[in-house]
Amino acid sequence: METANITLQLSALLYFISMAGYLCYLFHQKDRIQQISLMLVGAAVASHLVAVVITGTQAGGLPINNLVQSLSMAGLAFGITFLYVQYRFNLKILGLFAATILSAIMLAVVVLPDTPVPPDKLLKGFWFVSHIVFIFTGEAALGLAAGAGILYLIQEQGIKGKRPGFFFKRLPSLDFLDQVSYACITTGFALLTFGLVTGFIYAQSVWGRFWNWDFKEIFSVGTWTVYAALLHLRLYSGWRGHRSAVMAIVGFAIIIFTFLGVNLILGGHHQPFTQ
Amino acid sequence: MSEIILIGASHKTAPVELREKLSFSQEETMAALEFMKAQPGIREGLVFSTCNRTELLYIPEQGDQVEEMIQFVSAHKELPAEQFRSALYIFQGDEAIRHIFTVAASLDSMMVGEPQILGQVKKAYKSAVTAGASGVLINRLMHKSFSVAKRVRKETGIGDNAVSISYAATELACKIFSDLSAKSVMLLGAGEMAELAVEHLLSHNVKEILVANRTFKHAVTLAEKFNGTAVHFEEREAALERVDIIISSTGATAYVMTRDQVKRAMKRRQHNTLFFIDIAVPRDIDPKINKISNAYVYDIDDLKNIVETNIQQREQETIKARRFVEEALVAFRRWLDSLAVVPTIKAINDKMTAIVDMELDKTLPGLSHLTEQDVEAIRRMTRAIASRAIHDPILFLRNTGDHRDDSLYVNVARQLFNLDLPEQYKNSRTDSI
Repeated sequence: METANITLQLSALLYFISMAGYLCYLFHQKDRIQQISLMLVGAAVASHLVAVVITGTQAGGLPINNLVQSLSMAGLAFGITFLYVQYRFNLKILGLFAATILSAIMLAVVVLPDTPVPPDKLLKGFWFVSHIVFIFTGEAALGLAAGAGILYLIQEQGIKGKRPGFFFKRLPSLDFLDQVSYACITTGFALLTFGLVTGFIYAQSVWGRFWNWDFKEIFSVGTWTVYAALLHLRLYSGWRGHRSAVMAIVGFAIIIFTFLGVNLILGGHHQPFTQ
Repeated sequence: MSEIILIGASHKTAPVELREKLSFSQEETMAALEFMKAQPGIREGLVFSTCNRTELLYIPEQGDQVEEMIQFVSAHKELPAEQFRSALYIFQGDEAIRHIFTVAASLDSMMVGEPQILGQVKKAYKSAVTAGASGVLINRLMHKSFSVAKRVRKETGIGDNAVSISYAATELACKIFSDLSAKSVMLLGAGEMAELAVEHLLSHNVKEILVANRTFKHAVTLAEKFNGTAVHFEEREAALERVDIIISSTGATAYVMTRDQVKRAMKRRQHNTLFFIDIAVPRDIDPKINKISNAYVYDIDDLKNIVETNIQQREQETIKARRFVEEALVAFRRWLDSLAVVPTIKAINDKMTAIVDMELDKTLPGLSHLTEQDVEAIRRMTRAIASRAIHDPILFLRNTGDHRDDSLYVNVARQLFNLDLPEQYKNSRTDSI
């Protein structure tokens, strides 16, 4: 437990420093600062992974038995997905968004009490693990899409308003931001779909039913519908740019609510994960 | 110490016809460097020539050699000296140093802040080194100018801002579209500024250029110029499907592109981004189009505003850049002055050594009872006394502080020590420091 805690806190610290680094990069625009910040995120993710693996080994299963563990898992998924997106698109300033989100998650992980929960015998097996992995990475990708969407709106605001200011030089072109956001949405949507399907299969194997009218199920399918609508509108009605960015942000807000809000307010069989 | 001299003509003093005539090709540069090397009155030299300036930088041995250089250029370029003499500027000493720093930092360029100049200066320096025309002074001067230029580039935003309308428009296009080479441009109407904007965009290799004009014949001529396609003016709405950037500059009194037209076109082009650059007065493009999602309209006033903000910012940055130049100049001047001190210090040292040796030679023969080691010890001791005695004065000469006149102290020192400087020190290369 001790090693897991230390590595977890170390990763939190590294996320904080990388966020500060990205802030510096925003103002000074030195590539070196961005590279160092990115390396810090990489080190933080590695340390985070070690912490989760240790906790998982000790618990004998995926460590998502309470709110802190779920958040930590979400953070890890977000960190890994960000590293991949950064590698794929090299949208440097997105690191500021990612590091901020990661720092916020890790702050909660470090501050909130980690009440030990006896591992549930049900939470095992291929379908369960796939469900978690797909859902978490999918939602992380959609989160990054929202990040790119925010950057898009900031840049668009400057150009539309004819006052290219502080962000004009610091953000890439609108087209590129839209591309990154779109790529994240398609990937995230695919992962989310897999996650829902494996979740249904898991529910069938455990409870004997695909669909349990659980609040989280309803909201997850709702989220999925929002993104399905976004993709449909983009492909058939040309909802790109501004509208796509707004939708990506709204979609991610719903995801956050589904992840936290539903369990805290509405209850259901997903509740233990976030208690 | 001989001073640095710079003779030149630039876009500020000479019209382009003259600059063309004065410009040195690479071979001519090498020839000029060879001339400087062969010229007995010149110790070091460098030739710098771009399309906007030609400058000769050198350090004369005696006299200023200005006339010789002008005659050389006149003979080499087969141009009577009277034709270009009035366009020349001649800087000496600090002025020349400041000028070369200013040029390298792109503060004297036609487009202040343009980044090519440093590469050109470096190339000129490389040629001078290859030709063996540069020496200690020019080496140091040029390296210093590179570091000033780099500092200006790094610490000021001088190269950051678009200061011409067409450049500002291109910069906006770059922040709207990620890859201009996949985008097409339509030019509505004609006009110098519109064509300039098209040329700027062309330098980014846009995919296709369409030209529409009320007179189709004009459209064809312009299209040929840009290697594009001419379309009928009435086809402009249909063409919106194919193009991404529209530059408009017609003499029409009403809008040639209305909101409804663009809304219809947007649907057909799947809401892919459209960027309108409206250079015409009165305006061609309905400003309400800017309200349409994924459509951006910039008219001439919007672009002018951006350019003006940028110019203001750049002026602020220029002040900062000039301060860097001045700082570098002071540092370089201090180094130059320390060079002037060196021969004096060497002379004091030599004089003391001579005195010590002379006294030893007088005294030692009378002390025959001393062993070899004793003699050696006495020699060492007397030399040490001498060098200790002059240690503080030399330290003082080396570093007289900023507020004092160095040459005054050098003169006083020479008189105090009664140094009749032999000829050899006056011209000694100061490679030792």
